[in-house]
Amino acid sequence: MKYYVGIDIGASTTKALILDGERQVLGSGVVFSGADFSRAADEAFKRACEPVAEDVRSSCFITTTGYGRKNIAYADQNMTEISCHALGTYHHFPHPHTVVDIGGQDSKVITVEASGNRTHFRMNRKCAAGTGAFLEEMANRLQVELDDLNELALQAEQDIEINSYCTVFAASEILTRIREGVSVPDIVRGVFNSVIRRVIEMDPLEGSIVLCGGVVAYFPVLAKMFETRLGREIFVPPLPQLTGALGAALYSWKAEGDKNA
Amino acid sequence: MGSEKNASIKRIQATGQMKKIMADYFYQLDEAARSGSSKIAWCTSVGPAELLLSLGFQVYYPENHGAMLGATRQANDYIPVANAIGYSPDICSYLTSDIGAYIKQETPLTRAYPGIEGLPRPDVLVFNTNQCRDVQDWLGWYARELQVPIMGVSTFRNIGDVTDLAVTNIAGQIRELIPELEQISGNRFDLDRFREVMALSGRCTELWKQVLETNLAKPAPMSFFDATIQMGPAVVLRGSETAIAYYETLLAELKTRVSEGIGAVDNERFRLYWEGMPVWGKLRDLSELFIGLDTAVIASTYCNSWIFDAFDPEDPFNSMARAYTEIFIVRDEAFKQRYIEDIVSRFGLHGLIFHDSKTCPNNSNNRYCLPERLEESLQIPTLTINGDLNDMRCYSDEQAKTNIEAFIEQLESR
Repeated sequence: MKYYVGIDIGASTTKALILDGERQVLGSGVVFSGADFSRAADEAFKRACEPVAEDVRSSCFITTTGYGRKNIAYADQNMTEISCHALGTYHHFPHPHTVVDIGGQDSKVITVEASGNRTHFRMNRKCAAGTGAFLEEMANRLQVELDDLNELALQAEQDIEINSYCTVFAASEILTRIREGVSVPDIVRGVFNSVIRRVIEMDPLEGSIVLCGGVVAYFPVLAKMFETRLGREIFVPPLPQLTGALGAALYSWKAEGDKNA
Repeated sequence: MGSEKNASIKRIQATGQMKKIMADYFYQLDEAARSGSSKIAWCTSVGPAELLLSLGFQVYYPENHGAMLGATRQANDYIPVANAIGYSPDICSYLTSDIGAYIKQETPLTRAYPGIEGLPRPDVLVFNTNQCRDVQDWLGWYARELQVPIMGVSTFRNIGDVTDLAVTNIAGQIRELIPELEQISGNRFDLDRFREVMALSGRCTELWKQVLETNLAKPAPMSFFDATIQMGPAVVLRGSETAIAYYETLLAELKTRVSEGIGAVDNERFRLYWEGMPVWGKLRDLSELFIGLDTAVIASTYCNSWIFDAFDPEDPFNSMARAYTEIFIVRDEAFKQRYIEDIVSRFGLHGLIFHDSKTCPNNSNNRYCLPERLEESLQIPTLTINGDLNDMRCYSDEQAKTNIEAFIEQLESR
């Protein structure tokens, strides 16, 4: 049996996903990328292989993506995360849509047309604002666990704005809010609102919106807040953090299909 | 699709000749400054250089020096020095790197040209604000520092048509420079000599245009990245026979490439436009990246900015005024859009890359929705890269590479 593997070596986490010939997900794994991309890819791949009885490595096609996409010697090909996210979301939502991917260190907005082709994309600029790194910094500043941010945001009683698009300035704004006596849950909600504002500034976000990436995977409240902000339904794929890895695995599947055609 | 390929840049043979004439130019400047045999004028790159040459000045171009600081990756050693004395990191990084280098009394000229110990000291500083206000502020620093006279031309901004009124005004400003320049140079203005220099500059710029238009061929013989180096003589040696001879040689070589079907990029699949400033410190990296992607970046506003179609020796003041006012950077958005549309159509381009240069707002044309309007009118995609001409603190290799590769993947899927 042939396996189709996608490995997304992101700035924060590395994700691997295995498909069979029918494009069914057989396994997946997520690990921190750390400083050794190759090791992270090996570990994520190993975890993804665990549910599969056969030796996947003996018969597979591997596509890598993400920041470390060119660091993996055994990859058969590499694609950018822009293309992989677009293909990954199109697999679940095969109609025109706009992908919003919020990752550890960047955010992307990608426009996908009816055929699945990309027509346009934008990545956030140089600052961490609007990314997972921003949330980590804000959690640190508030001295709360990152894992608790979602629950805290749900407890908020009011919407406050964190306006700055500089992470350092945003941290200063938080200090101001603390001095003003604003509760931690309200500030956390404000932090999520800030992430949403940074994305809205990138693109008009027309049509259907598909939200993916690690941030929405860990903080589902973000999707709800997006819906409120945009006033329409937001679609989230089943494994939002693995969208890039899924797209990469689908490219593996396509590459083999092209070879066999 | 990402793939690792051998991406070697094809050497343009004429470059050896260019290096020699550029060396001669800097040594002559140095000699003139040391001996006092000629007066030295520092001039902005699209300033009234022909007038200065006709008055016997040897002309030095600080922007060329700024580009050298960027291309040799020394700019970031000097930008903080200028920042520290109060020049914002948000203003022109040619200015900040050049002034910082001057404060440290260092220049890439000393390494490139043994025997040269520093910049040629100016006797006068002459600007044209057609590029931006920063050039005036830049030369203004030297005027204060070196106690040297400064004068210049203040241009119009964001204009559509270049009207007779504008031309008359600019020509008048150029004429008004003459009495003081005569005094500094010790030479009387000679209209015939001015016409001669204009004719030489005209021929140089005409050849430069022909050089750039060899890229109409498929495959294109010269990349944008090559062209940013090859334009050196058009910037600093226009008005001389030397520059004409050089571009005749270069043109012949490129025509040979065209006739033999040799492209700057083997297997040229995509042809792109580069809008905005080069990223001087990353020329080689970017050139190799695009070669590896079988993509030729072959047309640009930047290199076209030294084409001066209007030059007419019979009407030197008005034609110089028109030529230096009708350049892209002076024009309004509607003109810019038409201009790029025309080039995309003539050169058969598949996409446009906009460089949003952090410290060069005047030459970052993505900021008023031009990419979006061009996508609409041309039905081809655009990509904006964030970076800077010289300040590598504003540039992320990884972000730029990912964006460019994703853009090529997008073109592949069309």
